[in-house]
Amino acid sequence: MEQPTSGDGAPQRTRIVLAEVVRRRDHDRVRAELTEQTQVGEALVRGLVRAQLALALRLSVVVAIGLGALPLLFAVAPTTSTVKIFGISLPWVLLGIGAFPFLVAVGWAYVYLAERNEQDFTAVVRRPER
Amino acid sequence: MDNPYTVPAIVAVTLATLAIGFYGLKLARTTSDFLVASRVVSPTWNAAAIGGEYLSAASFLGVAGLILKYGVDVLWYPVGFAAGYLALLLFVAAPLRRSGAFTLPDFCEVRLHSRGLRKLATAFVVFIGWLYLVPQLQGAGLTLTTVTGGPYELGALLVGVVVTANVALGGMRAITFVQAFQYWLKLTALAVPAMFVVLHWQADGRPPVTPPDGLTFPAATTVVVDHPATLTLPDGSTREVRPGEELAFQAGEPVPHVSGVDTARDLDWLLPGNDAGGLFGTYSLILATFLGTMGLPHVLVRFYTNPNGAAARRTTLVVLALVGLFYFLPTLYGVLGRVYTPQLLMTGETDAVVLLLPVAVLGSGVLGQLLAALVAAGAFAAFLSSSSGLLTSVAGVISTDVLAHASDRGPGQRGSVRDFRVAALVAGLVPVVLALNVASLDVSQVVGLAFAVAASSFCPLLVLGIWWRRLTDLGAAAGILAGGGAAVGAVLVTILGPPLHGWAAAMIAQPAAWTVPLAFAVMVAVSLATRRRTPPDVGTTMLRLHAPESLRL
Repeated sequence: MEQPTSGDGAPQRTRIVLAEVVRRRDHDRVRAELTEQTQVGEALVRGLVRAQLALALRLSVVVAIGLGALPLLFAVAPTTSTVKIFGISLPWVLLGIGAFPFLVAVGWAYVYLAERNEQDFTAVVRRPER
Repeated sequence: MDNPYTVPAIVAVTLATLAIGFYGLKLARTTSDFLVASRVVSPTWNAAAIGGEYLSAASFLGVAGLILKYGVDVLWYPVGFAAGYLALLLFVAAPLRRSGAFTLPDFCEVRLHSRGLRKLATAFVVFIGWLYLVPQLQGAGLTLTTVTGGPYELGALLVGVVVTANVALGGMRAITFVQAFQYWLKLTALAVPAMFVVLHWQADGRPPVTPPDGLTFPAATTVVVDHPATLTLPDGSTREVRPGEELAFQAGEPVPHVSGVDTARDLDWLLPGNDAGGLFGTYSLILATFLGTMGLPHVLVRFYTNPNGAAARRTTLVVLALVGLFYFLPTLYGVLGRVYTPQLLMTGETDAVVLLLPVAVLGSGVLGQLLAALVAAGAFAAFLSSSSGLLTSVAGVISTDVLAHASDRGPGQRGSVRDFRVAALVAGLVPVVLALNVASLDVSQVVGLAFAVAASSFCPLLVLGIWWRRLTDLGAAAGILAGGGAAVGAVLVTILGPPLHGWAAAMIAQPAAWTVPLAFAVMVAVSLATRRRTPPDVGTTMLRLHAPESLRL
């Protein structure tokens, strides 16, 4: 490795380099724990899977209530389907137009939150508690 | 119909598809190029390609036709077709890409290491693919008959041959460019005529979609009777008609109801809850379409072309937006079809509404004819792109799991490019023969059945395989056989069997509401009973499926 030098030719302090080595070794240790399926690694992965699944299930419930409850609503309370918005009856507005932006919004929220879960996981692996 | 622009438009789309295919062929050199585009397709291209592949004859023609016929209850078709991508995003997209599997059978091998399960998955991929291909070819036949008066068989054959040749020669790399081009073509082909149609409807003083006195003909119309039937006029009088009889109607005359043609009338059309299967049918349809998308082989195969799991997620979100944008349009055609093409409600050929509406609204002047030609070109783009995608994935599994096995390389080994071409020919031939011989159903309904089979077989396999450690190969196989088998049985009874009545009819016509829970229940129960067969490396697999790429494990 090339030694960084200051203007007068003397080598710069090397502690930074050493610190890097230490950090990388730690990082490697956790990665090894992940790949070798130690109890710590296993628990980390289980935590991630559980967090992602919980997120997916939570958003599924949002869709199940937001869209899935509509047929039941129209069947139980038929008057709701005769309500008009801008001259179009409510079921047509909700299903023909409103459903699609709603789905995209839920999908956007999922991508954002799932990536945050992964960043949290990466952070734990990269900077383990000592 | 006499439209000088239609045939050139269809020919242009077909030639453009072939040209882009051959351009891609120059780039495709290795087997990996053929199968998964060497995994270097950018998310934007990939999303447009998935959209292009997904929006089939069922979306382009079928949804508008169903809405024209049945009204608000079938709006669940487009909503479900789009929502399927949300389920795919939430439960499958990123882990599936990270699994590194090429196809669904590959996923079985990666996750559960079972040859038997792999074979079972292959059989289901082929069945779903063919079930989905047949209505595409039927749609092509219908389109050619409607817009040029040519024979039905010609359209089905034309699309079958072009697609088979293109897939056999170019493989998927070529297809990715083709599909992305097809998405934008399809969107334009529906959006531009829709704008003119809506403006014209405004200028007409917005004639009501459900007039209080029943529908009337907007212009003088002649309807040729196909089957003996009874016409019922709104005032209650009836009239018997015989096949071959020509019925002439003046502008403003009421549209009679024809016996034997199943349509929803007036308030039934406008308000929900009048579906034949009732609430059960609606929820069954919701379950099939929401959960079926993730099990469609031609959709899944696209995910392997994403560079990594995070990109797979973003691609899926873009697809959801693109597909949602598209589905505003068929509804518009279905609704305005009631005003301008009510004769379709007499013949029952409502799938043609998208093709006929531009001329019916704008007249047979140059503008109307140009727009009609654009729509016909878009319809052909729909058949070409969906069929190409389906054929690629069916040919992919046949070449890797059937031909490679036969030539002793063992399953899972990548077959040669020659194997892939042979597989493409076989995979293309069967649906063409079926499309020429099977009586035609509404295209969206057949596609709905394909969704039900996918939702009852591959959806539980993927969801449990990705999220549940204790899934075993026997459990997965039993679940697929029970749920998927039941759904396949329901499909065969629907297509080939006698007409059913009452509860049995609803359960068979929309099977997903009982076959999907059945598949999940059997899969979980058998897995728990065969706990010892849990793969020993399930921890490693889980890590691979869920760990973010930024760790570079």
